[in-house]
Amino acid sequence: MTSQAGSGTVAAPRIPAPQRPVGTLYRGREGMWSWVLHRITGTAIYFFLLVHILDTSLVRVSSEAYDAVISTYKNPIMGLGEAGLVVAIVFHAMNGLRIILVDFWPWATRHQRLLFWIVVGVWVVLLAGFLPRHLMVVFGGEG
Amino acid sequence: MRINGRNRLACKTLIKDLDISKPIYVEAIKGLPLEKDLIVDMEPFFQSYREIQPFLVASSTPKDGKERIQSVAQRARFDDTTKCILCAACTSSCPVFWTDGQYFGPAAIVNAHRFIFDSRDEGAQVRLDILNDREGVWRCRTTFNCTEACPRGIQVTKAIAEVKNAILRGKADVPAA
Repeated sequence: MTSQAGSGTVAAPRIPAPQRPVGTLYRGREGMWSWVLHRITGTAIYFFLLVHILDTSLVRVSSEAYDAVISTYKNPIMGLGEAGLVVAIVFHAMNGLRIILVDFWPWATRHQRLLFWIVVGVWVVLLAGFLPRHLMVVFGGEG
Repeated sequence: MRINGRNRLACKTLIKDLDISKPIYVEAIKGLPLEKDLIVDMEPFFQSYREIQPFLVASSTPKDGKERIQSVAQRARFDDTTKCILCAACTSSCPVFWTDGQYFGPAAIVNAHRFIFDSRDEGAQVRLDILNDREGVWRCRTTFNCTEACPRGIQVTKAIAEVKNAILRGKADVPAA
């Protein structure tokens, strides 16, 4: 084939080689992406808890040490981190309820996609209530 | 086969149903060892299938005659999972199976379901014990990729959930008649 095409006896088909990614990403739907988000938020919450247990345990060392560490959290970067933490926890909590329903209630197993969008809706509504207030406190001084 | 990033049957996917203005990606299914081109080693898949005892387990001979009588409701209980053609679209669409080849996978659980909920079968408890394992039904993370991928429209994730519940209750809810 290639030698023929090279010698010009067969018109070489002009099919451009696709710019191939290294394997496509599997195109799962709502169920798969809810699981991916659940994993990411779960891991993020785990690392927060690790730090949280350490800083809270400082109370046992001395209340001054605890206050000193907690006061270092009062800056915009940690404020954004707190916002991210609430974003992660609210999704993880709501999607966790969805997973329980999917496991135990046949109706929910059939309508898991609808439930996912309800989770996203509740997530957005709760964060719309929390984030503006929180960010005002973080960036607006005493708010 | 993975066509444009989703598991489908190559024999039933028509060009007219694909977007031909862009390149069509045809890849081997994920999670099983690639032999060459689009060929994967299906042995781990069939190994899991064999382990769940995909055959009727009955100690008695049928009463006066050749048939084991079953009511319409009893037959309907497991109708969905009889449709499986063992194409591996579900198992190889499962993110858990991609990273943990020891997981039984949706197809094996579907075929276990087919016998666990069959009123004529007596091996339900054995299969529930096999699947009550960290590599059994509890590996399922309900991503629903299997249900979306199944070319026979089997509600795979629902079947897995029913097996999970049967393990929790200690018995399968098979209609009495």
